[in-house]
Amino acid sequence: MSEVTVKVGLASCGVAAGARDVYRTLEEYLEANPKPVKLLQTACIGMCFEEPIVEFNGSALGQMHVGKADPSNIIKTLEDYIAGIAPTENVILAEKLEGRHNALLHNQKRIVLRNCGVIDPKSLTDYEATGGYQALKKALQMDKNAIIEELKASGLRGRGGAGFSTGLKWSFAAKAVSEKKYVVCNADEGDPGAFMDRSALEGDPHNVIEGMIIGAYAMGADEGYIYCRAEYPMAIEHLKIAIEAAEAKGYLGKNILGTSFNFELHIKEGAGAFVCGEETALMQSIEGKRGMPTIRPPFPAESGLWGKPTNINNVETWANVTWIMINGAKAFRAFGTEKSPGTKVFALAGKIAGSGLIEVPMGIQIKDIIYKVGGGMKTAKPFKAVQMGGPSGGCIPAEKLDTIVDYDSITATGAIMGSGGMVVMDTGTCMVDVARFFLNFTQNESCGKCTFCRIGTKRMLEILTRITEGKGVLKDIEDLEELAENIIKGSLCGLGQTAPNPVLTTLRYFRDEYLAHIVDKRCPAGVCIPLLTYRIIPEKCIGCTACARKCPVHCISGTVKHAHVIDESKCIKCGACQKACKFDAVIKE
Amino acid sequence: MEQDFSALDAILAKYRGRKGFLIPLLQEVQNELGYLSQSCMKYLADQVQVPAAEIFGVATFYSMFRLKPQGKHIVRVCKGTACHVSDANGIKAALLEALALPEGENTTSDMQFTLMEVACLGCCSLAPVIMIDDMTYGKLVPEAIPAILDKFRF
Repeated sequence: MSEVTVKVGLASCGVAAGARDVYRTLEEYLEANPKPVKLLQTACIGMCFEEPIVEFNGSALGQMHVGKADPSNIIKTLEDYIAGIAPTENVILAEKLEGRHNALLHNQKRIVLRNCGVIDPKSLTDYEATGGYQALKKALQMDKNAIIEELKASGLRGRGGAGFSTGLKWSFAAKAVSEKKYVVCNADEGDPGAFMDRSALEGDPHNVIEGMIIGAYAMGADEGYIYCRAEYPMAIEHLKIAIEAAEAKGYLGKNILGTSFNFELHIKEGAGAFVCGEETALMQSIEGKRGMPTIRPPFPAESGLWGKPTNINNVETWANVTWIMINGAKAFRAFGTEKSPGTKVFALAGKIAGSGLIEVPMGIQIKDIIYKVGGGMKTAKPFKAVQMGGPSGGCIPAEKLDTIVDYDSITATGAIMGSGGMVVMDTGTCMVDVARFFLNFTQNESCGKCTFCRIGTKRMLEILTRITEGKGVLKDIEDLEELAENIIKGSLCGLGQTAPNPVLTTLRYFRDEYLAHIVDKRCPAGVCIPLLTYRIIPEKCIGCTACARKCPVHCISGTVKHAHVIDESKCIKCGACQKACKFDAVIKE
Repeated sequence: MEQDFSALDAILAKYRGRKGFLIPLLQEVQNELGYLSQSCMKYLADQVQVPAAEIFGVATFYSMFRLKPQGKHIVRVCKGTACHVSDANGIKAALLEALALPEGENTTSDMQFTLMEVACLGCCSLAPVIMIDDMTYGKLVPEAIPAILDKFRF
């Protein structure tokens, strides 16, 4: 009998869903009942909505992923699997069986995430078994310029959001003349709603590290930093393990793989400042200072960390390098569009059924991402908008869903590609409230250096708050647009220059919602509390008194078996009555 | 009274003279003491020959640094986009009610809990999410909050 392997996904999202308990249950069971079963761990396969996920291999059933694993039934699933009995539910992906999400993978292409959820990220041997560090070996045999030329030919563009040609960026740092150069990996993934870099680092840290070593070699750098936000403890832990293992194996350190090339790599933990995702601020922070952006030029390629030439790329950009080195620029260009080749990783979240991590070829329509790869909407409420690019991006409405994913097409909608967060919103989401949410974020995170960003975002936030409270006037819209224009013009870095985008795109596509708040004093989505009224429909109310008993301010009156009434003057709009009502008699308007 | 910070000398010895040491130094000191007091920052300034104003500037710039004593458990409520559209405000209201925080404070009077908002914990598919110490709780409803907090009360 061949050996059965059981792999538990232990990335942050799996652990939060209870994967450790599942792993422990299996471990204890196998200790007490020795069997030819190998228990392994891996990271995130991307289907976060089904976590905890366990993968089985090696029995007559073939490869099989089971979702929503639970300590109470995992042993039975294992025993059944060994015996060749398929589980009746929760098979999400399977080779020989009907997996309920098999189809979600059809439109995906995994380059960056190829090892995520497959290998054990803490094992260098696992990484090597998938061809790990072969790209480095190949690169070290190549002419440095040839490496950069290959990257240029691949058309890879910066995956942090701005989309600048990576090969070109490398060539600038390579041309700079200096005894000391640095390479930096920007892992300060701060956009709320984005977790691609976390998963890539947790799931396949060596791939990012190998990309950086190749980059350092090509550009002539001998020291590097990975700047990772401290909110990602597992990513940091996996990176530390990976760096140590790579050093021990001679992939990092002095005389790498017997050549004269030296490269030392450090991890810097962020300390909680969104603006540090901006490259000049990030370098200030590595130097131990307040993370305030500086004026460019000089660009980091001429004068970066401690005044030395420095190249900064985002996690996903570095993670593409090894694949391109092994498979070549031409193979990379087989995916995506002419101007945006390759794939893009997105983090799907919000009101979408298949929230999690996906990697799709560029050029795919947003519609297909949501309905084919993401499995459509989570509830019966219809789609309203998808937010891309976080606080720097914008909301793309239903009528623009056929927009294709490439840097230029997304920018044309007023949103940006950004780092890859996609938060899906349904008709229960208020767009003015979303704009206010993002402005609140950028206003908090503005470093305060530029007046327009520091004070302008505050004024915009005040106006938006006023509108959501029902105190808006028509001139507010004009003021918002004027402030937006000036903040874009008057800010030094990307944070300020893009801060007004969430407001501008919602004004562009959902202006009627602003008007409803301002003119009709109404929140069509039923989100802005000061604009809501709760009312009981007399025909539906059977007089069960459930609502009256739940009301914290006792403002519902009525007798048993007679319709109840809410006293609006006392109502605090907490919604407790609506939750308590089993007959849908309480409505919110 | 002068406080004695000599317990920090071992940490200081590790960082002194290294480039870009200030933020990791402060992180480790905060891990040791729980927060960065003014007198502590003055002591560090003397020891590493960096102006106290610069240390204070860095400590106030980054949201992770805490200038006041903290509760035994740190409760982080995620206010990321996915959580926001999944009723993070309701979760926060439930936390405020269950913790009965004094007006204007974010630490309970018995020093058991400190409540913080964070921009995003990166578990968006489990929204809404909170993190207590290093345990993450997802797919929450306001009603679930008191029972979760009780696990940390002794």
